[in-house]
Amino acid sequence: MILTLLVALLFVGGLLAWFSERINPALPRWIALAVLAIELLLMLSLLGADSVNGPENGWLAAYNHAWLPRFGISLQFAADGFSLLLLLLTAFLGIVAVGSAWSEITKRAGFFYFNLLWTLAGVVGIFTALDLFLFFFFWEVMLIPMYFIIAIWGHENKFYAAKKFFIFTQVSGLIMLVSIVVLAWFHYLQFGFFSFAYQDLLNVRMNRNMEMWVMLGFFIGFATKLPSVPFHNWLPDAHSQAPSAGSIILAGVLLKTGAYGLVRFAVPLFPNAAAEFAPFAMTLAAISILYCAKVAFAQSDIKRLIAYTSVSHMGFVTLGVYAWNELALQGAVMTMLAHGLSSAALFMLAGALQHRIHTRNMHEMGGFWGRVPRMSAVALFFSIAALGMPGLGNFIGEFLVLLGAFQANHVLTIISAFGLIFASVYSLWVIQKIFHGKYSDSAFDSSRLLDLDNREMAFYAAMMAGLVWMGVYPQSFLDLSAPTLQALLESQAGAAAVGALQP
Amino acid sequence: MMGAIPVEHGLILAGILFSLGLIGVLTRRNIVFVLMSLEVMLNACGLAFIVAGSRWEQADGQIMFVLILTLAAAEVAVGLGLIIQMYRRFQTVDINVLSELKG
Amino acid sequence: MLDLIWLLPTFPLLGFLILALAEGKLAKGPAGWIGAGSIGLSFAVAALVAVSFLQSGLESHTVPIWTWMSVAGFDPGVNLYLDGLALVMILVITGVGFLIHVYSTGYMADDPDFSRFFCYMNLFVFAMLLLVLGDNLLLLYLGWEGVGLCSYLLIGFWYDDPYNGYAARKAFVVTRVGDTAMAIGLFLLFAQLGTLNIQDMLHAAEAEWAVGSSLPAITALLLLGGAVGKSAQLPLQTWLPDAMAGPTPISALIHAATMVTAGVYLIARTHTLFELAPNVQLLVAWVGLITLLMAGFTAMTQNDIKRILAFSTVSQIGYMFLGLGVGAWSGAIFHLMTHAFFKALLFLGAGAVILSLHHEQDIFRMGAKRKQLPVGFLCFLIGGLALTAFPYTSGYFSKDEILIAALEVEGQGIWLWLGGVIGAFFTGIYTFRLFFVVFFGESRGHHDATEVKGLNIALPLFILMALSLFGGWIPVPLDAVFSHGAEHEEHHISAFMHGVMIALPLAGIAISYLFYGSGILSVEKLMSLPVSRALHRFWNSGWGMDRLYDFLFVNPFLYLARVNAKDIVDAFYDMLAALSRAGHLLIVRTQTGYLRWYALSMAAGLVALIAIGVLL
Repeated sequence: MILTLLVALLFVGGLLAWFSERINPALPRWIALAVLAIELLLMLSLLGADSVNGPENGWLAAYNHAWLPRFGISLQFAADGFSLLLLLLTAFLGIVAVGSAWSEITKRAGFFYFNLLWTLAGVVGIFTALDLFLFFFFWEVMLIPMYFIIAIWGHENKFYAAKKFFIFTQVSGLIMLVSIVVLAWFHYLQFGFFSFAYQDLLNVRMNRNMEMWVMLGFFIGFATKLPSVPFHNWLPDAHSQAPSAGSIILAGVLLKTGAYGLVRFAVPLFPNAAAEFAPFAMTLAAISILYCAKVAFAQSDIKRLIAYTSVSHMGFVTLGVYAWNELALQGAVMTMLAHGLSSAALFMLAGALQHRIHTRNMHEMGGFWGRVPRMSAVALFFSIAALGMPGLGNFIGEFLVLLGAFQANHVLTIISAFGLIFASVYSLWVIQKIFHGKYSDSAFDSSRLLDLDNREMAFYAAMMAGLVWMGVYPQSFLDLSAPTLQALLESQAGAAAVGALQP
Repeated sequence: MMGAIPVEHGLILAGILFSLGLIGVLTRRNIVFVLMSLEVMLNACGLAFIVAGSRWEQADGQIMFVLILTLAAAEVAVGLGLIIQMYRRFQTVDINVLSELKG
Repeated sequence: MLDLIWLLPTFPLLGFLILALAEGKLAKGPAGWIGAGSIGLSFAVAALVAVSFLQSGLESHTVPIWTWMSVAGFDPGVNLYLDGLALVMILVITGVGFLIHVYSTGYMADDPDFSRFFCYMNLFVFAMLLLVLGDNLLLLYLGWEGVGLCSYLLIGFWYDDPYNGYAARKAFVVTRVGDTAMAIGLFLLFAQLGTLNIQDMLHAAEAEWAVGSSLPAITALLLLGGAVGKSAQLPLQTWLPDAMAGPTPISALIHAATMVTAGVYLIARTHTLFELAPNVQLLVAWVGLITLLMAGFTAMTQNDIKRILAFSTVSQIGYMFLGLGVGAWSGAIFHLMTHAFFKALLFLGAGAVILSLHHEQDIFRMGAKRKQLPVGFLCFLIGGLALTAFPYTSGYFSKDEILIAALEVEGQGIWLWLGGVIGAFFTGIYTFRLFFVVFFGESRGHHDATEVKGLNIALPLFILMALSLFGGWIPVPLDAVFSHGAEHEEHHISAFMHGVMIALPLAGIAISYLFYGSGILSVEKLMSLPVSRALHRFWNSGWGMDRLYDFLFVNPFLYLARVNAKDIVDAFYDMLAALSRAGHLLIVRTQTGYLRWYALSMAAGLVALIAIGVLL
């Protein structure tokens, strides 16, 4: 029940935020903040929950209600530790996004927060839906408000970016829809009735070729969102044009839906095809890591640079998922969480810089350390987090991924490990270009280049604390996702994970 | 029985009327004439229905004709309204002026 | 008492946190007290720990703090492990570190970013202590990367100058190449032995791997990759001379006494692995030997006082590697310790000279400064003698131990020994070249130099002088750590060999004197030969290694990055977009906007449909 409440609250809160603008233009952001705070509390209340339907299956909450019974479609929500981690990340970054938009978004604020909350509603739906039709519904719900956020509140080239984002995700989403329908059709052929329920579809058996094709449909859908080379091109444009709140949600949360889909659906539903496909997926991951790190280094637009590093870091997630052992999967989950925080913070910083000096071109910056020491120290922290400094969350994630992946594939792991070198190259380059070197403000108006204020600092401090926590005592996070991942691994088909979930 | 007129004759007449109407629609530049030609085409269809209805001795044909009649009346009402709007806005009834859908 | 070793890294961490959270708003007085005081407290704890550890007679002591993570049998803990080796290291780090911190309160007194400096320094000591105290390779790796980060931050401390930033990034990235090799080594060790706990891992390796088999060779090679990166040995030595861009106390602490010797520590710590791979161990010796000779040549051609010392550091670490490679584990660590004393002394002395001469670093603009800078003169005299292994100074004992062990290696021993002795000869030349040029001859600038005043600068120098002179008599408790290694206690070496080892460095000093001290031999005459000019240029550039790496790696990378800045994959999607736009242009011609055209096409379509229906 609590899960439907989570989704419904965001939908209703979005509408409220929209209409409240007529009463007072400052009201929408307060409503959004309140809604997300309640969400966070509700999710935290799940932390202590006992598993439903027996302690062994790991589901902390579940809800099931018929929707279109004729086609076996139902409103089926469930959350386990893995979902819960991502839900918490979503709510937390939602609050951060509201904080970053707080004074930046003044035009049509009500509609902005409506879109923000509805995007998050889609994301929460994705992380909890266990019916594939419902999953696809939320997949689309997440997409359209995000299109508006980029297209209305974006920067100079916003329509191009918004359309690119929309077309990439829509086309890949449709390919996934075809796969979902084909999968349900095979279920009908095999069992005589339609079902879109996850635990039913896990039992579907197909011949080898068909399984590979259907799996590829899912893979393309998720790999575009992730994104992985060669489906990554929407990301740099979308990120550089989106307002910072949009970038935070995109990088911190939306990308993680792709990774979630890979772990939850693309591999367990098609165990044989996934095993066969794993070397290719890991190759794509290694290419993503190295290629995008290299491209990132060449960018002069700071947001584009961070966007490419995101692709590079998400390559580690793909690598971990397709290595498919507990170390690598735990590493992938940790990377998702840590990258969520570090990239969100970096985008927020880039947005803060753009808000202050109205440029994203790094060649026009330099020597900011003397002017804005706080901001510089914060940027330094998140840059070294991104380059994988031990003691911070990103290191734990990437190290575990590589440690696990090494057992699955030596060569690709060694190639991917070179990403660690490239990461240091581009991260330190950013620090050098913006914060070190000689200060010069010939290219911009420096009157508003002020240091971070206390409100901004509070958000960064929270994210820093999160990364340190993940790096110093990752066990709190690992313990949450462990039952899910172990269950997925235990039965290659993953049936054990959901077999007991009968409402 | 009215079987004196063979069904073929009636259909040929309807066909000729329809073609005349179509030619009018395609060639006329004055939108009022286009609308009138459209009426001719509709009535040609109606004639075909009547002929077919009498051939099969069923009332359906006449029912369809009544339907077409109503439709034509409604269409004329809307069409004339649009023509008046058009004249107000463009000061002309030349159909070729209205080509904003050009790609 | 032993359970209190967790306090060791805690004090510097607290110091770092206080200074970081104060955001530089702290006055210099308190900031200096916190910065240096935290290390002082650590040193006090280290001294107490040392006493109780030696009294207890334990071989080792582990203090578990918490389980870092536990995933599928991978459960590294944040556990501190103390044995003789770690004890030597923590004493060097906190002891020499404390002296350098105290010195820095004087040296950096005029810097506006005073507290940021101590913030980074404390973080460095924290990371370095974790590096040597970690009981598993992951915790060691944490410290390893942490010191690298601090090295980066401190080399680029004066960020205004882009060159400093370049040097800092070069240091970080080049060492990261080695670090990545080491990380791959960790993956392999875990995949094969199932643990990263150092002692368990070594025992498992001994039990499972045969001597000379390929797995220990590969892992040892990968760890060696990490070690050569951090310790600036061939082929990753290029970053250290540039790292001199940082403030001089940094060069003393990080780039001479502690961090750069981490590679030596790593190999000593995992020496069992290297004993299982005799070929790799021999490779360590050769890497050390070649590096020490190459750096020796280069040091003779440098003019910058700090760069001379930097190449000398590379060369001395080469001796440590030589020691490791020939199985003189205690000798290498002993040399690490004495080197920390005399090289810190030399760097701090250089710092005092540089400060007295208004940030002048070119030795040929100094000259005849022994009267004006008596303390600096004393520093370089004592430090230089220890560096050239003058009998009964600290460097003499440690270098002796290494060279004698080299001689005992079967087969190639004589070559390793000979190379080492020739290296010592070069050491004599370049050290006293620096000494004579700076303090003798005629004054070539900065005639008004006055010694820097202040107890916080002088006191550390005098303590380090004492350590450099008498440090050779400090007993190092390493026997238990390396007990199963080869026995080096009974040295049998002919008097002739020993004589050569003492005489050659003295000969080096003498040659320096002839060229630079007395002017009996002329450098100009030597340099008038084309061949010596070319050699000078070649050695001066560090054997062209920077150029080579720029050509092989840096430039191709930059080129690829530049040509592909727009991301070639995007071209594919642009092509899709262009194709659909072309299709659009084609089809849009059918949309004329004329009513009759639409009506006609409808009619035509109808006719076509009917025709198809009829014909089929």
